[in-house]
Amino acid sequence: MTPALPGNVDAVAALLEQHDYFADRRLATSVYLALKMRRPLFLEGEAGVGKTEIAKVLATSLGRALIRLQCYEGLDTASAVYEWNYPRQMIEIRLAEASGKVDRESLGADIFAERFLIRRPILQALEPHGGAAPVLLIDELDRTDEPFEAYLLEVLAEYQVTIPELGPIKAAEPPIVVITSNRTREIHDAIKRRCLYHWVDYPNAERELAIVRRKVPGADARLSREVVAFTQRLRAIDLFKAPGIAETLDWAEALVALDRVTLDPDTVASTLGALLKYQDDVGAITPDVAARLVAEARAEAVALPA
Amino acid sequence: MIASTEALFGRERLAGNILHFARVLRAAGLPIGPAKVVVALNAVEAVGVGNRDDFRAALESVLIERHEHKVLFDQAFELFWRNPKLLERMMALLLPKVRGRVPADEAQAPLPARLAEALMPLPRHELEAEGEEIDLDAAFTFSPREVLQTRDFESMTAVELREVKAMIARLRLPLPEIPVRRTVAAPKGHAVDLRATLRAMTSARGVIVPLAWRRKRRRRPPLVVLCDISGSMDRYSRMLLFFLHAITNDRDRVHTLLFGTRLTNITRHLKQRDVDVAIARISGAVTDWAGGTRIGACLGEFNRRWSRRLLGQGAIVLLISDGLDSDVGDGLPQEMERLAKSCRRLIWLNPLLRYEGFEARPAGIRAMLPFVDDFLPVHNLQSLKQLAEAFARRPAARGRGAEYLRAA
Repeated sequence: MTPALPGNVDAVAALLEQHDYFADRRLATSVYLALKMRRPLFLEGEAGVGKTEIAKVLATSLGRALIRLQCYEGLDTASAVYEWNYPRQMIEIRLAEASGKVDRESLGADIFAERFLIRRPILQALEPHGGAAPVLLIDELDRTDEPFEAYLLEVLAEYQVTIPELGPIKAAEPPIVVITSNRTREIHDAIKRRCLYHWVDYPNAERELAIVRRKVPGADARLSREVVAFTQRLRAIDLFKAPGIAETLDWAEALVALDRVTLDPDTVASTLGALLKYQDDVGAITPDVAARLVAEARAEAVALPA
Repeated sequence: MIASTEALFGRERLAGNILHFARVLRAAGLPIGPAKVVVALNAVEAVGVGNRDDFRAALESVLIERHEHKVLFDQAFELFWRNPKLLERMMALLLPKVRGRVPADEAQAPLPARLAEALMPLPRHELEAEGEEIDLDAAFTFSPREVLQTRDFESMTAVELREVKAMIARLRLPLPEIPVRRTVAAPKGHAVDLRATLRAMTSARGVIVPLAWRRKRRRRPPLVVLCDISGSMDRYSRMLLFFLHAITNDRDRVHTLLFGTRLTNITRHLKQRDVDVAIARISGAVTDWAGGTRIGACLGEFNRRWSRRLLGQGAIVLLISDGLDSDVGDGLPQEMERLAKSCRRLIWLNPLLRYEGFEARPAGIRAMLPFVDDFLPVHNLQSLKQLAEAFARRPAARGRGAEYLRAA
């Protein structure tokens, strides 16, 4: 039995939180509107702020299947939408020939039948899974190229795919579509116009603390506060790549694994690789800077909710 | 909070207000079509008008499409939904500023200015003033024709100037095409096209069907131009803008940023097809024209804010600068290294190279040279031909800039 769609913004926020996703009010509103208005949700933001996670949590919480299309350069319809099963088709032709009676007209219709069709994520998403439309996650759309975006336009506008040999295939119920982009290039406005746009930002300290507490329950309460305060400080520094929530969680887990209950400059220096992924950035956090940041983080951690 | 809920949200007034708000945003440069207004109305009806934050989030998720638009949206929202009349009054107050020079504090000022223009557009003839200044220099001569080559641009008649501009407009940059992962049907491809082969088999009369083939498609890589517009480059920069306009409109995936003491992305302005309108808009957008140069700081800003967005998919970077840095190369090597490592190819076009006795003496030039793949002059048509050869060269030869340093 598929749970009903949440009826208002509060219900969306509560539902996401039940499944360990702490959305701010604006994101909850966008998600609610996407569900209510049946429009794709376009999420843009830095890497590691939880864009992909929203789709996963939506699928789990709404009891829908999650169909994921990871984009990459050169992604084509054969890997994104459908492909014919050529080896089976060839065997079919061979069998038809071996049996002696080859009627070319009917053979052509036979081998381009649905049973020879291999369904890739987009085609899969147009079919109900367990009685309900699935969640289609189109991940990192910025990695693919413009021709694929153009193809997506038809899919997103009509929830329909056209296969030359079979004709159009249309979804009875449109899937819940979530598109993410890391903004390594601008996605064409035509795509965005069909979607609800939301910029996923880094969370504030309170929300990040709630996330750390939920996702890394083994961390000491004081350590969690200091980790969050430190990461928040770090994001204010001019870095090439500021740490995302994913990095904060990795770091907290690393510190738990090292049995730390509080931050100190040495520990920070030896575990910085969990937070910063560029040598320039790691180099910018000299022992002096690390010591200053730790001191500031400790002072600020006190102010965070216990 | 919202001043008078009844006045703003009375059933029939809501639609009118949203329409008005969308129109303000559209005039301020946000791409909002009529269809969006309808969607916005639906969205507002879905979340209700009880909670101001929800109301705002609903409008925001429909009306903006880019992160950059958010600042403008936020300001317009704050002003408009308190009292639409207030916004108009504010704009009226701001207007003298808009008509005057661009204020020094660019970071705060331009957004209200854009909003102000949106509400009270200046008469068109003021925006596109006639007789714009064109101070061209003979040093930058693309013209293959002797007469135009030797004449000073300043002494040229309007007709001759137009002719030179037209020649530049016809210039093309022959970037080599690189193979991408997508394939295209081709008689002598490298992979069997099973789909086409099978189609042929079902309809073929004979038993044996020739295989159909596909090969990798080729495509020009994105091009990112970083152009120096400081005082020392002034005699070239106007002419370069014409050139940049030509190559931007020639094809897709060209991004252009100007830098002097700060970095400005002018891609949007260059897309304007009329070169004069484009240049007029750029003049309005760029504040550090013909000033000092802080190459290291500007490249640093590019690396942090733009490189991830523009240098994907194997971009080629054209750096147009004389390398005369007022910060004397401070922080420059690090930023150049990062830039060189983020792109397929880094080509430095330096107008100073046209002088016979050019030596890589200035600190900025010495700091930059080790990281560039090609170091070429840019001052006439001949130098552009060299540019084409540099593009045609196999990418194996990276880091050729260092040779100049050793030679010096």
